[in-house]
Formats: sequence, C-alpha cells, structure tokens
Amino acid sequence: MSIGLVIRLLVLALLVGFLVSPESFAFVFEPLTKNNQPVIYNQGSLLDLTLNHLLIVAIATALATTVAVGLAILVTRPFGAEFLPLSRSLANVGQTFPPVAVLALAVPMLGFGTAPTLVALFLYGLLPIFENTLTGLTGLPPTVTEAARGMGMTGGQRLVRVELPLALPVILAGVRLSTVISLATATIGSTVAARTLGEVIIAGLLSSNTAFVLQGGLIVGALAVLIYDGLSAIERALTRRTGQGARANA
Amino acid sequence: MTTADTTSQSRAAWPAFDKLGVLIALIAAAAVFLPFAVFRANRIVLGEGLLIPSALSSPSAVLLGLVLLIGVATMLLRVNPLAKLGVGFLVLATLFVLIGQSATFLTPPDNTFARVSPGAGFWLLTFAFALLVTDALTRLKFGPWQRITILALVGVAMAALLWSGAWNDLSILKEFANRAPAFWAEARTHLLLAFGSVAIAILAGVPLGILLYRVKPLRAAVLNTLNIVQTIPSIALFGLLIAPLAWVAANVPGASAIGISGIGIAPAMVALFAYSLLPIVSNTVVGLVNVPEAANDAARGMGMTNRQRLFSVELPLAFPVILTGIRIVLVQNIGLATIAALIGGGGFGVFVFQGIGQTAMDLVLLGAVPTVALAFAAAVVLDAFVEMVSTRERAQ
Repeated sequence: MSIGLVIRLLVLALLVGFLVSPESFAFVFEPLTKNNQPVIYNQGSLLDLTLNHLLIVAIATALATTVAVGLAILVTRPFGAEFLPLSRSLANVGQTFPPVAVLALAVPMLGFGTAPTLVALFLYGLLPIFENTLTGLTGLPPTVTEAARGMGMTGGQRLVRVELPLALPVILAGVRLSTVISLATATIGSTVAARTLGEVIIAGLLSSNTAFVLQGGLIVGALAVLIYDGLSAIERALTRRTGQGARANA
Repeated sequence: MTTADTTSQSRAAWPAFDKLGVLIALIAAAAVFLPFAVFRANRIVLGEGLLIPSALSSPSAVLLGLVLLIGVATMLLRVNPLAKLGVGFLVLATLFVLIGQSATFLTPPDNTFARVSPGAGFWLLTFAFALLVTDALTRLKFGPWQRITILALVGVAMAALLWSGAWNDLSILKEFANRAPAFWAEARTHLLLAFGSVAIAILAGVPLGILLYRVKPLRAAVLNTLNIVQTIPSIALFGLLIAPLAWVAANVPGASAIGISGIGIAPAMVALFAYSLLPIVSNTVVGLVNVPEAANDAARGMGMTNRQRLFSVELPLAFPVILTGIRIVLVQNIGLATIAALIGGGGFGVFVFQGIGQTAMDLVLLGAVPTVALAFAAAVVLDAFVEMVSTRERAQ
C-alpha cells in the first residue's frame, strides 16, 4: 500500500517535472531520434496541451455524468419505466460504435476542432456512467427501500436520501471508467484538429519521430493511471462510509 | 420483475398513448422539416438541403408520407410489439429504397460530378424508426437463434438493396465505385486485424488466465501490468511499436520474410493483441474463481486429476464468462482497427482518415459504416452465443 503510494507520488512528481521543464528530460528521449530531429515536442507547449486535454475530458465527463445520471434516475422512476428496456439496449448498441467513427461523423455537423471531440467524448462517456447508475439504482437491497418506504419517505426523499447515496460508489466507478476511456480517446481527437496530447503523438507518427510518440503516450498513460487511482481511492472511502451508513440505518 | 410492476402502474395513468411513441413521434415530426437529401455540384462543395417534396418525385413523396403516417400512428398507440416491429421495418425499408430513388431523381443525366447524399432528415427518421424497432425487439425478448436470424435477414436485405443497384447514384456508393478493389482489400485487412488479433489473444490469454488462477501470487502483478497497457492511448501504442518491430525485422533472420516490419500490419496486430489481453485474461481468472466449490469437490471425489478437472469441470463452467471477455474484445478491436490506418496498417480507417483529410464526408462514411455494421453484427452474434452457453449451463 505505502510502496504503491510512493510510486504514485513519484510518477506524479516526474509528470509535473516533465511538463514544467521538458528540456531537462531531453537526455531520456535523445536515443530515440534520428538525423537531428527535435527531441522535445516543439510545436506548442506540452503543459498547455496537457491542460487543454484535461479540460476537454473534464467538460465531457461532467456533461456525461449529469445527463447519464439524470436519464438513469428518470428510467428507474415509475413515470419513465417504459423507457428502461429501450435505454438498456441503446446503451448496449452505443458501445459498439467505434470512437473514430463517432468522431469522424460528428465533423460534418460541427466542423473541425474541439467541438466534435467534445461530442464524441460526451457520447462515449455516457454509456459506462448510465449503465453503472442503473446497476446501482436497481440493485439496492429490497430491505433498504422497503424500510425507507415504511418510514413514510416520499419517492423524492427515498431517491435523495437512500437510493443515490447507496448507489454512489457504483456510479463513481462508472465515472472513473468513463474518464479513463475519454483520456485515451481524446488523443484521437487530434485527427480532427482538436488541441490535445494526440497532436504530439500524431506529429511523431508523421515525422517518424519516436521520441514525440513516446512523450505523448507517456503523459496520457501517466495521467490515466493517476486519475484512475485517485478516483478508486475516493470510491473506496465512499464505500466505507455508505457501508457504515447502511448499518446505522438498519 | 419490478419493471413489469411499474409499467402496469403507469399504463393505468396513460391508457391510450405509448409514452415512448410520443417521444419518437416528436423526433420523426422534427425530421420531416429537415433536408431529406443533400445535393452538391461536386464532392467537396457545400451542399443544398432538400425537403421531402423536392427531394423525391411526387408519387414517391406521397408514398413516403403515407408510410410515415402509418409508422407514427403505430408508434403512438399501444399495439402489440410484433406489429410495431413489422411496421418499423417497413418504414425503414421504405426510407432506404427512397433515398436511393431520390439520388437517381436529383442527379442530372450524364453528370458524373454531382453528388447526392442522405440529409439530416433522412438520418433522423432512420434513427427514430430504428428506436421503434429496437424497443419492439427488446420487448419481444427473442431467443438467441431468433436474434441471429433477424440479423441475417437484415443483412440479406441490405445486400440485395446494394446489389440491385438502387443506391448506385448515392454519393457513398460513388466513392465506393471509384475504389472498389481498394475497398475489398482494406476490408480483408480490417477483418484480419480484428479477428486475427483476438484469435492470438485467446490462444495466449486463456492459458495465461489459467496460470494466474493456479498461481495466486502472480495474479495481481500481471493483471495490473495489463491494466496499465490499457491506459496507453491507442495511437501512441501503435506508434511505439514501430521502432521495436523495425529492429526485429532488421535483426532477426526470417522475421521480415513472414511480414514483420516497422510500419504496416505488424505493429497494428501487436497493439490490438496487447489491448485484447486484459479482458480475456481477467475474465478467464474470474470465470475460474467463480466455479462453485461444490463442483470441484465432487470432481475431486470422483478421483479426477487436476488436469481432468480443469478440462471437464472448471473450463466448461467458466466458458460463458470467458466468452463474454472475447465478445468485449472483438467488438473493441473491430473499432480500434480503424486506427491502424494511421501507421500504414490498412483497414477501413484508411477511408475514414482520407475522408477527414479531404473533407469528403462520404468517404468517411465509406469507412465508418462498414466498421459500425461489423461491430454491431459481432456484438449481436456473440451476445447470442453467450446467452446460449449460459442457459445450457444452467439447464445442466
């Protein structure tokens, strides 16, 4: 546990160090270049690209979380129950759409740049969150919902005070999955001219400069691992809390 | 269970109208006021959107109007899902035939530059009625064979439509006609990449999963490593494999003879394989761990050796979970194989990226539509297989 924490802090320190001063790491990437190619990405600041990448992912995930949780709540209420089977199959079908295809098909409607990437990430991020929220809301122990009903809680009260808090860890797991997928998928956004770390990788592919490819890949990989771990930790803390909460209620 | 209960409750409140139908009908109504087809003087200029009355000859427009009315009426009323399914397919078939007709109608004779492609209205109508069909199919709860049969029938109908030449004036098929040999070559590459990488991943991943199940201390370390591989963005992984494979091709005798090289299909194959390992390995481990202890005890009591137990008890019981892993990976790799085009690996991605480069969206569609169709078909077929093996197991 503590060794894992040390490694993670080390990765974070290296990542921040590299982003702030990439030139001081040039010796690591030097052997990968040929014919005096530039060692460190030189068509823009890596820090800016990283922040922009994170911003796009954050906006898309926040929107996806709001919409997906809202929809999942709607279809698990009596009013929206008619939509439940369809929304389940749609979530299944949606997952078969490759991100590149979604991205490419969004271009004619939205033009090149950040907009199609945001839309693709949003649509792609919806599914894991929606599915997990459904699982969380429909998989609650019947005794708990019965007890809440027995206490005379209205539907709204049950949702806010019992169902959502208990489903929160599962919902967060969906958000985590969706974030990590988005972090990787955002790189593909650079094929339609979004300013993400994919730019670095694609520049490397086009000039066959492995150093660029590795830089872009490592930054995204490190971000994904760190964010994944961070969200997992929050989830564990919440599970512990709701576990205690459920026992206290019972 | 609970779903059925709540549905009957809400049914009492909404006696005549289908709520979902109202939503889809609104989408369809909006779609009628959007361009049904887009006409462009050549393949890359901005197009002119045409509403249904101007996009179709008058008899066809009237026919479409009638069919749409029947469709909307069926979705609004609470009728038997089977009827909804039939009408849904009827409307979709009409839309698909008429969009081809619209292209023929709008293209001036002897003009090879003009392009007609489906407009937003067509797509939205297709989406609305596809929702109706999906909802009906979900409610009908067909068995695995019935689902595969429906998929096959739809496939045959689409093939017949394409083969009949009814769509030949549509822009996407003009793009196809210009590069038919390339299309089939890339299709073969795409299939080889997607299915080949999954096959190799099964051959390597299932034994690895069995090993990890038996040797517990290795489990966390290997699964974590595979997890990290998954976080590397696909385009970076494809790119990073170029250098090592180029080295192998140059330095290992015979490697280049069997087709290994820095760019092209080899790094794509390795990258797809790397992405496939985690779901297959972890599902194998989970499937084996979840084999009931009672089954294992019974097998031991019968005097089975470890090897016999593995092949006749544990693996058969874990098979549905392993197959689910294979389903995830296959659908994912069919999509990911499009990225191989960025490193010269071929596949349908070639058309997608060429299309993006030339801002020729019909070319993008030529790459994207077969990819989506392939992924969708693979998902339906493998889901059906998973269901078949799990129900067979429960019956035993």
